[in-house]
Amino acid sequence: MGELLGLLQFGSKGWGDELLAGTLVTIALSLATVPVGLVVGFVVALGKQSRDPLVRVAAQIYTTIFRGLPELLTLFLVYYGAQLGVTALFSLVGSNFQISPFLAGMVALGLVLSAYASEVFLSAFRAIPIGQYEAAAALGLHRVRTLRLVIFPQLIRLALPALSNLWLNVMKDTALVSVITLNDLLRQTSIAVGTTKEPFFFYTVALLIYLVLSVLASIGIWRIDVWASRGMVRR
Amino acid sequence: MTAVAVDRPGRPHVAHTRRVSTLGIILIGLWIVLALLLVWALAHSITGDRLATFGGRFFSGFRTTIELVVLSVLIGAVISVPVAAGRLSRNRIIGTLAYCYSYFFRGSPLIAQLFLIYYGAGEFAGPLKSIGLWWFFRDAFNCAVLSFALNTAAYQSEILSGSIRNIPHGQREAATALGLHRWVIIWKIVLPQALVVALRPYGNEVVLMIKASAVAAIVTVLDLMGQTRFIFSKTYDLSFYLWAALFYFVLVELLGRAINAIERRITRHHIR
Repeated sequence: MGELLGLLQFGSKGWGDELLAGTLVTIALSLATVPVGLVVGFVVALGKQSRDPLVRVAAQIYTTIFRGLPELLTLFLVYYGAQLGVTALFSLVGSNFQISPFLAGMVALGLVLSAYASEVFLSAFRAIPIGQYEAAAALGLHRVRTLRLVIFPQLIRLALPALSNLWLNVMKDTALVSVITLNDLLRQTSIAVGTTKEPFFFYTVALLIYLVLSVLASIGIWRIDVWASRGMVRR
Repeated sequence: MTAVAVDRPGRPHVAHTRRVSTLGIILIGLWIVLALLLVWALAHSITGDRLATFGGRFFSGFRTTIELVVLSVLIGAVISVPVAAGRLSRNRIIGTLAYCYSYFFRGSPLIAQLFLIYYGAGEFAGPLKSIGLWWFFRDAFNCAVLSFALNTAAYQSEILSGSIRNIPHGQREAATALGLHRWVIIWKIVLPQALVVALRPYGNEVVLMIKASAVAAIVTVLDLMGQTRFIFSKTYDLSFYLWAALFYFVLVELLGRAINAIERRITRHHIR
């Protein structure tokens, strides 16, 4: 057992620093994906309640597609598809350019997240009483200010429980990006396994690190929830 | 006095406010162009000899994906029953154990769980051979089924225990007052009501499982994704991934629609 734990040392003898670096990449990718996914998801949710039926249908198609495809397949399509496109583009110019797995992962996971998030935002919008809009109109607020000052703060509170689940899903889905050679936690673990031939030990360590990340994320979400419900009366 | 038009995102609009804008036409136009490109790419990739070489592979992959999902979901359902019972148990130790099981499998990526079982089993080949289980773990398909089943059992146990907890307590009290045995109460009163509520989450879980099953391809299972990767490695034609996407998409959509239809049928006595 001591021998195994020795493998987790930092420095040249152990794999501790490699795993830590991988963990940081995992965290960075999920932190980079979430804002993109949420913003796009919010815009798609606005599209779903547009007055224009065509915009509504277009937004609905977006959600249906990216919720219906396996995340891994979306990732492959984005990665290889973008590579194809970029290669074609740069062969015209005559230079060489590689699409980074990090960017491909961010785009693919962002597409998936935004599709799910738009549904969450939509149902949160529907849970806001119509009186809120009427009151804002009576106060003479313009529609953008209504959205920003009246609706949005309530929206966060209503959407947060479901969004927090999505955030945990994103964190777990980042593991898929290891397949297209991003040096995240899972891939660093696989590299360590390849050298040490200790798959059971290293994958268990990786799972435990992912669990710790989940717990940390849950704590963070809980704090946001406290902040978002600060105006609520506890009944 | 004319009514003030209030912009209310999130509110259903009345029919007369419908209007088609340039934005809508552009967005729909974009989707139509993409759809045409997709059809072109799909049609373009099919040639006579490719169909002969890869067609069979592709469909066998599709079948493997369905087998993988059906087996995992069914085995997971069996495992989920004791876990859900544990989650509902009054015994604190059993409750904590069940919660840990469910948190462990829900809190880490499925692909990492799969790697742990598939590669981890390889490390214990000797001991597994000596207890006669090696034939099981040697096959990547079995490892995938095992890890998917353990994973979905965690989610299914949450669905089951959650929907049972949501049954009003009065239902049980009334049944007890009628002198029904506790197993009869569970079978005839609690479960039928709980499963109506649980149908949609169960359907979602199967959909998630179909999508997640694609990771089995990484450990050499030749499911739809695995066969597609193989074909891609031979042809470098990206449109085979589009074919795979189409098959996954149709599978997921059909299932979603079936669940909707079943739900409408079994809740038709509800007042809406």
